[in-house]
Amino acid sequence: MKHILSVLVENNPGVLTRIAGLFSRRGFNIDSLAVGMTENSSVSRMTIVVEGDERYLEQLNKQLHKLVDVIKISDITRDAYVDRELVLIKVSADAARRAEIMQLVDIFRARIVDVSPKTLTIEITGNDGKIIAFEDSLRPFGIKELVRTGKIAMLRGKKASTKNHTNKEEEES
Amino acid sequence: MGDLQEGMTDMTEIKLSGAEILLKSIEAEGVDTIFGYPGGMALPIYDALYDSGIRHILGRHEQGVAHAADGYARATGRPGVCLATSGPGATNLVTGLANAFMDSIPIVAITGQVTRPSLGRDSFQEADITGITMPITKHNFLVKEPAELARTVKEAFYIATTGRPGPVLIDVPSDISLSQIDYEPPYEINLPGYKPAPDTDARQINKAAEAIADARRPLIYAGGGVIISGAHDELLRLAETLAAPVTCTLMGMGGFPGSHPLFLGMLGMHGTKYANFAVSECDLLIAVGARFDNRVTGKLETFASKAKIIHIDIDPAEIGKNVKVDIPIEGDVKAVLDQLLAVLRPNLAEAWREKINAWKKEYPLKYCNSGNIKPQYVIEEIYNITGGNARITTEVGQHQMWAAQYYSFSKPRSFITSGGLGTMGFGLPAAIGVQVGCPDEVVFDIAGDGSIQMNIQELCTAVNYDLPINVAILNNGYLGLVRQWQEMFYNRRYSHSELFNPDFVKLADAYGAVGIRVTRKEELAPALQRAIQLKKPVMLDIIVDKEDNVLPIVPPGGSLDKMLG
Repeated sequence: MKHILSVLVENNPGVLTRIAGLFSRRGFNIDSLAVGMTENSSVSRMTIVVEGDERYLEQLNKQLHKLVDVIKISDITRDAYVDRELVLIKVSADAARRAEIMQLVDIFRARIVDVSPKTLTIEITGNDGKIIAFEDSLRPFGIKELVRTGKIAMLRGKKASTKNHTNKEEEES
Repeated sequence: MGDLQEGMTDMTEIKLSGAEILLKSIEAEGVDTIFGYPGGMALPIYDALYDSGIRHILGRHEQGVAHAADGYARATGRPGVCLATSGPGATNLVTGLANAFMDSIPIVAITGQVTRPSLGRDSFQEADITGITMPITKHNFLVKEPAELARTVKEAFYIATTGRPGPVLIDVPSDISLSQIDYEPPYEINLPGYKPAPDTDARQINKAAEAIADARRPLIYAGGGVIISGAHDELLRLAETLAAPVTCTLMGMGGFPGSHPLFLGMLGMHGTKYANFAVSECDLLIAVGARFDNRVTGKLETFASKAKIIHIDIDPAEIGKNVKVDIPIEGDVKAVLDQLLAVLRPNLAEAWREKINAWKKEYPLKYCNSGNIKPQYVIEEIYNITGGNARITTEVGQHQMWAAQYYSFSKPRSFITSGGLGTMGFGLPAAIGVQVGCPDEVVFDIAGDGSIQMNIQELCTAVNYDLPINVAILNNGYLGLVRQWQEMFYNRRYSHSELFNPDFVKLADAYGAVGIRVTRKEELAPALQRAIQLKKPVMLDIIVDKEDNVLPIVPPGGSLDKMLG
């Protein structure tokens, strides 16, 4: 099963290397990783998507907790959540096929962000299913380049996982 | 040096150099001795050291310096501090840090670094030591601002010594050491992400007590955590309350009295047969501060396969890492055992003890003591002559396993050995650290003729500081354990394991130590006695049987109950 870990870390130099190094030396796989600042400039959030069973997740959690720079880990997938990813796709689009592509863009509520004589660059946000479906429908036209941000996610409702991060607490019971 | 001038004109504030602040901060942690080796980017620190009250032991190689700090920490329980310059000085510390990391030893390593403007430009003697040591330190710091220095030192000692201890490195650019700033202690620790010890769940203690009450064949498996936590008295009480047998890992040796009737010696690859049989047959395994290393468990599928497992450890990540645990208890070993003892009822599994005693009689550790000097006999003689009261360090190999098997350790911190990393060349510098930390005690480095040459330069350090360590080389002219594996698992193809050696007696003499060669059994006891009485660094070159094997042995990856020898 895929899990989305929301990891709050101290915004110290080398913190990304510490996390990445831990994953590689202990043989954990990262499906995707997105890093950015939070509302607190001394704290960053990493959204890490991993796949594995309970035991795998437990060991990963515990190892991550041992890093001094890791403040808090939440497994977002254990609760109701929203997740999004932004994707930029450059697709071949000569004059003859442009209309057809623009129709697809409408259907998927994507946006065209750049136009050239032979290509269109399209921006789409959404969850995995939507992005895969869009990618599939563009493939026949010829995808020249595709860039994904990696997934970010947040708990639904009023719960926030950023507040009260002075203590490490595991979300799992 | 604008800062310096400013400091001189402003008489109201006392400004100190970064290096002075570094040393003051180290002293504030109760450190009176550091092990080090100078070099360019560490010179500001060495200059401050010239006026400081801190005792500095100059090693002869940075690896030796790191192992000496490690030995000091293992023997005294206080953090060991080592100091080296940037680049090669720092990279030479790496093996020592990895060694301390694997065995959870508190070390604070300070390295000089090139100046901040030179960082990242492949400057002379620049190495990214925080990057290099990330996976082999508990944590590390590159100091970027002079104002961070004092707090960083405080945090480094706090991280190194609390929870599961480990090495912490502080990399200090030389312009920071030279900068003049205000010193305003004390600085507060700011580590929101660091939680040294987990809270112990009382329900787990009760579950463990129930499982213990139900057990018919309980076995205690104790590791280095017992020694780190200072829980040897609690362990003894646990064993005696339950009348349960105790087996120790290599790191746990000394955590339980070696002569106690409930003691089974070491378990694992070179454990006793009765310890390994007990693991295979027990119905409850109580793991105390141990981490189920593969040299302990052998084949995981068959390890303690009839047993429920209770695992007590301060590091939650160790629980469930290698084996499935039935009753995990997170917490400091000493505190957990205290809580457990409060609710425990005696469990006298009489039939189980009889079975174990029968195994002890049937399968004792044994060797044939005839002909040449047997290495096992040397260990026994060192035990006899020191009354079992010496601090023993070892290198890594056959001699190390024989020391674990035949020297009956009775006190914690008396067996100082490289367990997890298996670092040849550890024993001699570690003995120096031990002797510095315990000046009135008899210290022996039990060595092999291969290992001793890996850090033999440290003999000079021992002579330099009048440290009366005794090095007993069990000289068999081979990399013994390599040869043994080649004999047993590689069709006796002795590929590059036979050694051409120097004359160790002359070598000792050249260093200013005393060299004694022992070739006959009857010379051994007098030579050992003389070595101790001399109160000088002594190197004993003891010529032992060339092709003796460490037995019994669980072949690598095999089951504990299938031992050879």
